[in-house]
Amino acid sequence: MIAELGRYLIALALLASLVQIFVAWRGAGGVGRTAYVKAGQAASEIAVLAAGAAMILLIASFLRSDFSIAYVAANSSVDKPLAYKIAASWGGHEGSMLLWCLLLAVFGYGLARFGPKDDGLRSRAVSFQGLLQTLFFGFLAFASNPFERLSPVPLQGAELNPILQDPLLVIHPPMLYVGYVGLSTAFAIAAAGLMQKTPGRALAAAIRPWALGAWTALTAGIALGAFWAYYELGWGGWWFWDPVENASFMPWLLGAALIHSSIATEKRGAFPGWTVFLALLAYILSILGAFLVRSGVITSVHAFALDPERGVWILGMLGVSSVAGFLLFALRAGSLGEGDGFEPTSKEALIGANNLLLAATSGVVLVGTLYPMLLEMMGGATISVGAPYFNAAATPLLLIAALLMPVAPFLPWSNGGLKNAVSQMRAALMLIPVAAVIIALLFAGASPLAVVGGAIGVWAISGAVMDLGQFLPVAMARGQKLLVIGRAMAHAGVGFIALGAAADASRPPDQNIALAPGESVAIAGRELTLDGVRRADGPNYMADRARILVDGGEGGVMSPERRFYAGANQTTREVALKSSIAGDLYVSVGEARLRQDGSTAFETRVAFHPLIWSLSLGAIFIVLGGGLSLTGRMRAHAPLVERDASARPAEAV
Amino acid sequence: MKALILALALAAQAAPAGQLSADDEARAQALMREVRCMVCAGESILDSNAAQAQDMRRYVREQVAQGADDDAVREALVQRFGYAVLMRPPVDSNTILLWVTPVVLVLLGGGLLANAMRKRPTKP
Repeated sequence: MIAELGRYLIALALLASLVQIFVAWRGAGGVGRTAYVKAGQAASEIAVLAAGAAMILLIASFLRSDFSIAYVAANSSVDKPLAYKIAASWGGHEGSMLLWCLLLAVFGYGLARFGPKDDGLRSRAVSFQGLLQTLFFGFLAFASNPFERLSPVPLQGAELNPILQDPLLVIHPPMLYVGYVGLSTAFAIAAAGLMQKTPGRALAAAIRPWALGAWTALTAGIALGAFWAYYELGWGGWWFWDPVENASFMPWLLGAALIHSSIATEKRGAFPGWTVFLALLAYILSILGAFLVRSGVITSVHAFALDPERGVWILGMLGVSSVAGFLLFALRAGSLGEGDGFEPTSKEALIGANNLLLAATSGVVLVGTLYPMLLEMMGGATISVGAPYFNAAATPLLLIAALLMPVAPFLPWSNGGLKNAVSQMRAALMLIPVAAVIIALLFAGASPLAVVGGAIGVWAISGAVMDLGQFLPVAMARGQKLLVIGRAMAHAGVGFIALGAAADASRPPDQNIALAPGESVAIAGRELTLDGVRRADGPNYMADRARILVDGGEGGVMSPERRFYAGANQTTREVALKSSIAGDLYVSVGEARLRQDGSTAFETRVAFHPLIWSLSLGAIFIVLGGGLSLTGRMRAHAPLVERDASARPAEAV
Repeated sequence: MKALILALALAAQAAPAGQLSADDEARAQALMREVRCMVCAGESILDSNAAQAQDMRRYVREQVAQGADDDAVREALVQRFGYAVLMRPPVDSNTILLWVTPVVLVLLGGGLLANAMRKRPTKP
C-alpha cells in the first residue's frame, strides 16, 4: 500500500512539475498575470509536498524493513541500526534520485518564493526549473522508481555496503546533493535571463547568491566525503582523483569560478557572457557527474549499481538540458552586453585569471576522467589515468590560482594597481621564501611541488589576515563587515588546504607490517606496540579489536578494528586515529596471518599524517566564509528588497 | 569463511619475510603509488587491500630488493597487465592529446581573457 502511494506521489510531482513549466511561463507575461504566478508557485508547492511525502514513505518502508520493495531489499536488512536504515533511503541509486528530485522541487519552490526580484525573470526561472524537475521526475517515475515491488519477497534484505555504514555518510550525500542540485537554480535563472534578454549585470546579480549557497553546500559535501575516505577506507587517503570524486570536483571548480566572475559582472559589467555560460555549464556538469557515476561507463570505488539503460536516460536529460541552455546562449548572448575592458593588473584581470585557471582545471579533470573511455571507444589502447596525471596536470594550475588569490582584494577595479598592492602586502610576500625553507627543513622527503604548495598555503593565509587588517575597518563603517570576513575566511581556507595537502604529501612512508602481540613498529618518532587482539562484535558485524600502545602506553592506547559484516559478506577496517597539533597517528589492522613458528601476526598499517587538521580547518573556513558572504549579501540587499516592495505594492506579493 | 582464513594464512606463510632498507622501501612505495590494482576500481596497489594488490606489492618489493630500476619494474608490469597498469599514462601517440590538454586550455582561456581586457573603446 505504502509503495503504491509512493508511486502515486512521484507521478503527482511529475505532473505538478509539468504544469509548473507552462503556468509559470504564462506568469512572466507582464502586468495582470498574478494568477499564473500564483498557480506556478502552487505547482511547485505540490511538487515539493508530493516528493517530500514520497521520501517520508520511503524512509518509513526502510524502518518497517518492507522487503517487498526491491530498493529496500537491496539496501537494508532487519538488524541494521536505525540511523543507517534512514540513511539507506538515499544510499542507493533510486533513493538518491528521489532525494535529487525532492531537492530540485525545493529549489523550484525557493525560486518562486525568494527568487529574483524581477517578476518576469523569477517566473521564467521557475518555469525552467520546472523543466529540470520534469526531466528528473520522469527518470524517477519511469526508469528508477524506488517503490518498485519485488516478488517473491525475501525474508532478509541485502545489506548496504558496510563501508557506507558510518555517521558521516548519513549527512554526506544530502549535503553534496544540495550543492549539485542547488546549481540548477543558477542554470534556471541564467536561461530565464537569456530568454527575456536581461542585461548581464542584473542577471549576474540574480545568479550570484544562489550559486554561492549551492557552492558552499557542495564544498561541505565534498569535504565530508574526503574526511570519510580518510578514516574509513583504511589507508589514509583523502583524495583519490577517482572518477566519482572528479564528477563532484568539476562542478565545484566551475562553481568557484562562477561566484567570482559574477562579482566582476555584477560590480563592473566584466565577463557577462562568460558568467552566464558558467551558470549553465556548472549544473550541466552536475548532471554529467550523475551520468558518469550511475551509467556504468566508468568503474569506481563508489559507483552506484550500474545500469546502461539508466545511462541512456541520464544522457538524454543531459542532452536536453545542454541543448536548451547552450542554444539559448548562442542565440541570446549578445543581449548580455559587453564589458568595458580593464588593465592587466586590475581586480577584473585577477578574477579573470582565477576563472581561467579554475575552468582549465575543470577541463583537465573532465578530459582526464573521460580519456580512457574515449580512447578505448576509438579503438586505441586501454590506459589508466590516475592520480599521478592529475597531480601533474591539474595541481600546478590550482597552485597558480592560489598564488594569485591573496593579491586580488588589494587591487582596484578596472585600473592597474600592482605597485600599491605589493607595498601593502610586503610583509606577507616575505613569508613565501621563509615558509618554503621551513617546510623543506620540516619535511625531509618533501617533493618540490609540496614545498611550493606549502609556501603558497602560508602566503594565502597571511594574505587573508592582511586582507582583514586592511579592509575590515572600512567595511565595518559601511556595514559590509560580513562580506570582508567571509572573503578572508574562505581565502584563508584555501591556504589551509594547500598547506595540509602539501604536508600530507610529504609524510614519512606508510608502514605495512605484520605484528604479533608484543611486537612494535616505529613511525615519526613514536613506537607502537601491539598489546593484543580480542573480539568486539557489534549489532550487525563481528569484529577483532586490536589494542595498540603508543610509546609503551605513555602516549595512550589506540584501538583499530577489523569488522566482518555477514549480511554483506564484506570485511572493513575501522581506523584508529590519535590527533595532535603535529598531525594524526593512523593505525588500521587487517588479516590475521599464521607464521611458520605458529604465532599469529596481524597485518597492520601505520602512518603519520602531519598537519592533516589543516585540511579540515581549511574546509570549515571555506564553508563558513561562503555562509558569511551569503548572509552579508542578503543583509546588504535587504533594504533594496523593501524599497522594491513599497514601490510596487500591488505586484510584489 | 574458515577456508578463506586458512587459504590466506597459507598464502602468508609462503611470503618472504625480508624487509627493505628505508630508501628502497620509499622507492618501492613511490612505484606502488603509480601502479594500478587491476581488480580494483582506480586504486593504486599501495592503497588497495585486495589480494592481487598484495601480490603485486610483494612483486614490486622483490624487484626493488634485487636492484631492478623503476623503468624495468614498470616495463615488466606493462608486459604482464598492459598499459592500464600504469596510473600515469606514458606520453605516446595514444595519450598526446591528454597531455597537451592543460596547455591548450590555458592558452584558449588566456586568449579569451586578453580579449575581455582589450574591449575598452578609449584607452587613456
